[in-house]
Amino acid sequence: MIDAASSRSDSRPAASFDLFGFLARYGTLIALLLLIVFNLFFTRNFATLQTLNVNLTQVCTIVIVATGMTLVIATGGIDLSVGSIMAIAGALAPLIFLSPVFGGNVALAVAVGMAAAILAATLCGLFNGWLVAQFRIQPIVATLILFIAGRGIAQAMTNSNLQVFRVPEFQWIGLGRPLGIPVQVIIMVALVIIAAWMLRRTRFGRSILATGGNERAAELAGIAVKRTKLAVYAISGFCAGIAGLVVIAINSASDANLVGLGMELDAIAAVAVGGTLLVGGRATILGTLLGALTIQLVRYTLLANGVPDAAALIVKAAIIAFAVWLQQQRRA
Amino acid sequence: MIDGALLSMRGIDKRFAGIPALRQASLEVRPGEVHALIGQNGAGKSTLIKVLTGYHRRDAGEVTYLGRPLEANSPQQAQASGISTIYQEINLVPLRSVTENICLGREKRRFGLLDWRAMHQEAERLLSSFRVKLDVRRPLMDFSTATQQMVAIARAIGFSARLVIMDEPTSSLDEQEVGVLFDVIRQLKTNGVSVIFVSHKLDELYEVCDRVTIMRDGSTVCSANMTEITKLELVSQMLGRDVSKVAGHATAFSRSATDGEGDVVLVAESLAAGQAVRDVSFRLRRGEIASFAGLLGAGRTETARVVFGADRPRAGSMSLGARPFAPAHPRDAIDAGLGFVTEDRKMEGIVPDMSVAENMTLALLPRISRNGVVDEKRQREVVKRFIKELGIKCSGPAQKIRELSGGNQQKVLLARWLAMNPDVLILDEPTRGIDVGAKGEIQRLIRSLSDSGLTVLMISSELEEVVEGADRVFVLREGRTVAELSGEEITEERILAAMAQGHVAHHDQEAAQ
Amino acid sequence: MNRAQYARLVGTYGVLIALAALILFGWWRYDNFLSAFNVTTVVRYNAMFALIALGMCFVIMTGGIDLSVGSTAALGSVAAAMASHYGMAAGIGGGVGAGLLVGFVNGLLVTRANIMPFIATLSTLLAASGAALLLSKQTSVPISPTSGFMLVGHGMLWIIPVPAAIAIIAYLLGAILLNYTSTGRTVLAIGGGEDASRLMGLPVARVTFLVYLASGGLAGMAGVLLAALGFAGQPTEGVGWELFAIAAVVVGGTLLTGGSGSVLTTLAGVLLLGILFNVLNFENGKGWISLSAAWQSVVRGLFLLAVVLLQARLTRQHTRSA
Repeated sequence: MIDAASSRSDSRPAASFDLFGFLARYGTLIALLLLIVFNLFFTRNFATLQTLNVNLTQVCTIVIVATGMTLVIATGGIDLSVGSIMAIAGALAPLIFLSPVFGGNVALAVAVGMAAAILAATLCGLFNGWLVAQFRIQPIVATLILFIAGRGIAQAMTNSNLQVFRVPEFQWIGLGRPLGIPVQVIIMVALVIIAAWMLRRTRFGRSILATGGNERAAELAGIAVKRTKLAVYAISGFCAGIAGLVVIAINSASDANLVGLGMELDAIAAVAVGGTLLVGGRATILGTLLGALTIQLVRYTLLANGVPDAAALIVKAAIIAFAVWLQQQRRA
Repeated sequence: MIDGALLSMRGIDKRFAGIPALRQASLEVRPGEVHALIGQNGAGKSTLIKVLTGYHRRDAGEVTYLGRPLEANSPQQAQASGISTIYQEINLVPLRSVTENICLGREKRRFGLLDWRAMHQEAERLLSSFRVKLDVRRPLMDFSTATQQMVAIARAIGFSARLVIMDEPTSSLDEQEVGVLFDVIRQLKTNGVSVIFVSHKLDELYEVCDRVTIMRDGSTVCSANMTEITKLELVSQMLGRDVSKVAGHATAFSRSATDGEGDVVLVAESLAAGQAVRDVSFRLRRGEIASFAGLLGAGRTETARVVFGADRPRAGSMSLGARPFAPAHPRDAIDAGLGFVTEDRKMEGIVPDMSVAENMTLALLPRISRNGVVDEKRQREVVKRFIKELGIKCSGPAQKIRELSGGNQQKVLLARWLAMNPDVLILDEPTRGIDVGAKGEIQRLIRSLSDSGLTVLMISSELEEVVEGADRVFVLREGRTVAELSGEEITEERILAAMAQGHVAHHDQEAAQ
Repeated sequence: MNRAQYARLVGTYGVLIALAALILFGWWRYDNFLSAFNVTTVVRYNAMFALIALGMCFVIMTGGIDLSVGSTAALGSVAAAMASHYGMAAGIGGGVGAGLLVGFVNGLLVTRANIMPFIATLSTLLAASGAALLLSKQTSVPISPTSGFMLVGHGMLWIIPVPAAIAIIAYLLGAILLNYTSTGRTVLAIGGGEDASRLMGLPVARVTFLVYLASGGLAGMAGVLLAALGFAGQPTEGVGWELFAIAAVVVGGTLLTGGSGSVLTTLAGVLLLGILFNVLNFENGKGWISLSAAWQSVVRGLFLLAVVLLQARLTRQHTRSA
């Protein structure tokens, strides 16, 4: 029971400086800027296009997946199945575009393959959303099902064989560089912009934030809570599908055992560090981008300065725990 | 034992963030008596009990228990000294067995391990003293709420409680279950255990309680033997209205200027839902302020939720503008022209992390968006207009709603529905937890809205608001409409009488109870 | 018997019946299914998962989750392999000690910093994995060939492989702890209602902390077995083990929302998922069909789906009555 009196006290005076609030809001950006400044001074060859490209390509798929994840988390959910969905999309596309059915029409084969892969990924997401919205199964568990079964499906489709291919028409999405910019970076930027715009400007975006912020209030204001949840998981599946295609395009090969492995954790980490509230209701796509970039740059900085990758993991862990702790202080 | 009291609390003060919640409150409970503690929401009952059980620390006053000063700093300490509380939402663990729920915290051991046989026996023994017999190995959730309450009581007795506090124990029980609970309470009494009984159902108090203490605005206003106080007196003391005197204007409300009755807009026939709504019927007419009056637990909010499609009725029917109306989701009700400002602003009203603008336009989204894209310009217009019209004090449309005061939050929520231009607006406790100034503004606003043709259904626990504001009053009592008053019939006296006794009864069985 | 009770019975004993049915099926269909070799191989390998699932079971019963167990096992295996050169006891102590350390951090993050278990253990997952890689310089670390440490993995106690014996002892202790001590009952009470437990005067923070500590220790022990079985500490093993353990716990009928669960059926859940894999191998051996190993995860996923749908029904019944 909340006393009427105590509920009044939480309207804080706006004038006083809120350190935790400030850090929670701009901490990631500041950290990113500090990292860049540090590298400019101490890391050799940092200010080169080469470095930029290396970092961007490494962070691309994480950001693409994390964009969908941000929307899911904004509704108060989570999606553990993204890595497995990437594997499914990555396994399905080559199966189709390498199949002899298309009789040498490569463009058609690639188009059908990509469409089918992304469609399958979206359906997987829809299945997650169905479990969450219809049966009220906790998101962690609901998406755990596809996490386990999904990779199996991908492996079964390919008999766990490595699919190697050389199809420039397809691999363009991973290796192409119009105007010197990698296509995957363009895809990433486009997705981030669309998602950020959707979250801020559309009715659907409002529904997401209202659902995560106060589900009962949203329901009473006529928001279609169930449909919103269904949709965000479907989008998360969609994003994972695209990421799966990008990964196999870069590798010129699809290995169902490896595509997207551990991606769920990287994506969640990016979202958390980016300042999206893990209990839902407040989300920032741009923050997620910054979060992913920060984690990536920390890793790069440590590596470039001779710290082993393993130590970078520990630093990453500390960053995640600290970022979430900081958010908690702000809410408390 | 001094002056025969088991417990005596005197001159208790308690403030939260400087705002007094208790002012010189006092309570005296004698051994082996059932003592009713009643009062409106916010009167301080819960705070007083939480001070007693050590949940809150008192700012002033003294508590004597068993003749000695009591210094309980936590519910556990209170429990150790024999004071047990049974909360409204039963605070046990539903998934665990009855035995565990009774014995956890004072387990019986043999060779260092739990002795289940002895614990089961202990649980059975405690329950059998209330003539309750059940399989104590089964999880608590298998049993009815009443039985769960028995288990909670058995747990309390197991800790050799001398004083058991029951916070609205009957709110979710049916009549038969209430009967069983009362048997248990009488049993406790015979065993010399005292009970503090918090309830809003007046009949029950007369059935089971020996004495009563009434609280209002953080103070105890009256203590009496149940046999020496009438229901009417009880209610008047609770609401602070002297029935013999005609009170001056206490609210900013005024009755409708236009006389004569409008068309019937919304009709509900014999609605029933859950435990709380049993038989509610009413008709709302265009441009009037109708009000549900009733004590807590009378089924007012629950009825409103059914009308708004948030809960489904188990029986009864509704029609809206002569067409059958059966909303399955709030969206249906909204599309049909209804709006609903909830009683629980925090849990069901605001989306705290969203801005004033976003909160205000949440229901309006379908109308201010084109192809799914929110038309920022129209949103800005709407928000600006309502911030100005309702005088909402905020730094701007982008300010987070959680940073606003209660009154301004409420205005935003009102605007959420006014922007929809509804036909019927349901307001559940529209002025609760709001400072006096904002209160008056909201009351004036409601009247001017109704004068311009809006039909308002207002639920209020403040009698002044009902008497001075409503054109028509439906009195609800234990889930049933027991009276309909309109125009000059609306007097405090009549409302109180209907609330207390179910006078002017539509239903004959009411008199029999 | 009402629906809720029925669902509960299926939830608790369904896994035992399914396990028995699977074993009978294997015995009927394959010649060597119940051979000493096959049985010891299966239990030897699944002992690690059993230990991890035991710890996970306790964590989940409090309503929490521990994602760090897989990489904790990897860290444990590295620590054990390095310490094994100082003797068998040192090897075991090193592995368990490393696990306890991770569990200690988890406990602190959850009970002191109030970080939600999901995130707290996600970050220790990364940290433990990093620590394992650092310690091992990113390669597998051979165990001492002479200290007798390998017996922890490959020895036999009469007819029982040592890893299985360790798992059985752990489960027995776990069952006693859960069913016959107040700490165990408090674990369930916390998961069933943290606030209610607090109001009932139970030591919520202490028991929660202990549960994470124990989960870390058990994961460390699983790491010891991993090192002894594979003759080396393996810093990159353990990926996804946490989710396998969660699946085993859920299949075992423990409610993921906490408050209800059983140690015995968790073991059954582990064995069920493990033997399923074994059966698929046999089936492939018969040559009638060729189900790749991949199908095991599909079948596991379907199992999980069925159990979860059943649980969803159960919990809805619960919330309705509450």
